[in-house]
Amino acid sequence: MTMKFRKKKAAAVSEDLLGRDAAIAMLSKERKANNAWHKLARNKTAIIGLIIVCLMFLLAILAPLIAPYDPNEINPILPFKGIGFPGHLLGTDDLGRDILSRIIYGARVSLIVAVGATLVGACAGVLIGLCAGYCGGIIDAVLMRIMDGMFSFPFILLAMILITVLGNGVLNVIFAIGIASVPGFARVTRGQVLIVKEEEYCNACRVVGVSSLRLLFCHILPNCVSQIIVYATLRVASAIISEASLSFLGLGIALPTASWGSILRVGRDCLTTAPHVAGVPGLFILVTVVGFNLLGDGIRDVLDPKMKQ
Amino acid sequence: MGKIIIKRLLQTLPTLLVVVTITFFLTRMLPGDPAVAILGIEAEPEDIEAMRAEMNLDKSLPEQYVLYLDGLLHGDFGYSYSYRQEVLSLIISRIPNTLSLTMVALLFAFFIGTAVGIVAALKQNTAIDYIFMVLALIGVSMPIFWLALMLVLQLSVNMSLLPVMGMGDWSKGVGDVVSHMILPAFCLATIPMATFARTTRSSMIDIMGSDYIRCLKARGIRRVKVIMIHALKNALPPLITVLGLQIAGTFTGAIITEGIFSWPGMGTMINTGINNRDYALIQGTVLFSAIMFVFCNMLVDVAYALLNPKVKLEKG
Repeated sequence: MTMKFRKKKAAAVSEDLLGRDAAIAMLSKERKANNAWHKLARNKTAIIGLIIVCLMFLLAILAPLIAPYDPNEINPILPFKGIGFPGHLLGTDDLGRDILSRIIYGARVSLIVAVGATLVGACAGVLIGLCAGYCGGIIDAVLMRIMDGMFSFPFILLAMILITVLGNGVLNVIFAIGIASVPGFARVTRGQVLIVKEEEYCNACRVVGVSSLRLLFCHILPNCVSQIIVYATLRVASAIISEASLSFLGLGIALPTASWGSILRVGRDCLTTAPHVAGVPGLFILVTVVGFNLLGDGIRDVLDPKMKQ
Repeated sequence: MGKIIIKRLLQTLPTLLVVVTITFFLTRMLPGDPAVAILGIEAEPEDIEAMRAEMNLDKSLPEQYVLYLDGLLHGDFGYSYSYRQEVLSLIISRIPNTLSLTMVALLFAFFIGTAVGIVAALKQNTAIDYIFMVLALIGVSMPIFWLALMLVLQLSVNMSLLPVMGMGDWSKGVGDVVSHMILPAFCLATIPMATFARTTRSSMIDIMGSDYIRCLKARGIRRVKVIMIHALKNALPPLITVLGLQIAGTFTGAIITEGIFSWPGMGTMINTGINNRDYALIQGTVLFSAIMFVFCNMLVDVAYALLNPKVKLEKG
C-alpha cells in the first residue's frame, strides 16, 4: 500500500512539474525498466545466450532449406574428408556422409529431445510438487520420499535403464530423460508452493471460498512459474548433454538418424584418422549448452534478483 | 551428535526402500529372458526352465520382490551370471577403483575450483575475473565424453604424454598409476571444478562486502588472514552443499569416463550388466550407488551443521 501511495504521489508531483505527457512518458519508461523482458534485454550475457539459442533453433527449423545434402546420403568414394574439402565444408564421416548436413539435422533431434524431455519432466514434476507442497502431511511425505528415491539414482543410470526397457527412438529418449528429471522439478515446485501458500492473498482466497483446485492452479502456480522457468532453462542444457551421452553410449538415438551424440559416437571410432568427425559435433554441443546456461543465468538474475551477484 | 546421525540414518530408510523397489521393478521390465541370455539361444528348454527356477523367475512378481528383499536383508545381492561371481564381492572388488578416481577428481576440483573462485572474487570485475568465469562457464557446459576424446587425441595420441587405457600397475610404481589417472580424473573434475569456482566467487563476494570483514580490515588484520581464515570459513557451507550434489554428478560422469578410458570400476560393470541383462548385477550396482549417494548426502548434512552453527539438524 505504501509503495502504491508513493508511486501515486510521485506521479502527481511529476505531473505538476513536467506536465501530463512528460509524466506519462516518464512513468511508462519506469514501467519498461521494471519489465522482466527489458531487464533481460539489458543483461548482455543473457542476450548472447538468447542469440546462440535462437541460432540453434533456426538451424533446426530451417534444416531442410540450409543443409547442403541429405544427412544420410552415403558417398563411398569420399570417406573421412577433412574440414574445408570442396563441397563438404566440415568434411565427411566414415561413410562419406556430409558432416555439416548431419550436424544441421542433428540439431533438430537434439533440441527436440532436450525441449521435449524438459517438458515431460516439468509437467510431471510440477504436478507432483504442487500436490506435495499444497496437501502436506502424509501425501507430501510419500511423494517426496519417492522423489528422493529417484533423485538418489545417478541420472544417466536411470535414463539408461529406462531406455533399455523402452528401446531406442526419439520418443523413448524424451520419456527416459524426462522421467529422470521429474524429481528436480518436483523439489523446486514444492519449495515454492510451501512459501507461496502462506502468503496473505492465498489466505484471502480461502476466506472468500475459492476452491483448492482454483487456488492451486490460478493463484499459487502462476506465482511459482518464475522459478520453474529458470530451472527448466537450465534443465534443457543438461538434457542436451544427457541425450548426447546416451547416444554416445549407443543407448540414445539409433543410427543412421543424426543427433549430435550419435555423430560423436561415429567420431570416436575414427578419432585418430578423422578427428574432426568427433570434434565438430562436440563443439556444437558445447556452444549450445553455453547458450542455454547463459540464458538460464540471465533469466534467474531477472526473475530472482536475490540470486544475482 | 550421535543421536542426530542415527535420526538421519532412520530418515534414509524409506528413501532406500523406494530405491530398492524402483530398481527391482525396472530390471524386471528389461526386455528378453535373462535365463536365455545366460545359457544362449541354443540351450535346451529344460535347462532354461531350470535356470529360471534357480533365479526365482518362475515365481510371481510379488514373491520375487519379497525374496529379493529377504536376500538383501541377509547381505545377498545376488549372483552375476556375466562375471560368474557374487555381486557383492564384485562390487567390493571394483568400488575402490571408482572411489579412488572420483575422490581424486573431487578433491582436485574442490581445491582448484575454490582457489579460482577466491581469486575471481578478490579481483571482481577485472580481466582475471572475466577470464576465470568464462572458463568456469565453459567448464559447467562441457560434455565430458567429448573432452575425454579430445584430450586422448592431443595428449595421448599426438603428443604421447599420457597413457590412454586401464588404471596402471602398482608393481610398476606409483608413477604408472598416477599417469593413468590424470586424464580420467581431470575429465571428471571439469564440471565440479567449474561449479565450485562459480559458487566460491558468489559466496566470497557476499562475505567480503559484509560488516565484520570491514571491521577486521579496520583493525589492521592481515589481508591473507582475513581471507583465508575469516572469509573462507563462512564461504564453506554453500560449498559443502554443492559438494553433496557433485558427488552424484561425478559418479554419473564416472560411468561414461570409465568406459572411454577402460577404467576397471563400477561404470564398466554397469554397462556390462545392462548389455547382458544381468538382473542381479544391475540391481546390485544401482542399489549400491544409490546407497552411497544417500549416505554421502547425510554426511554432507552433518558437515554442514558442524560448519554452520545457525543450522540445527534437529529441525531438518
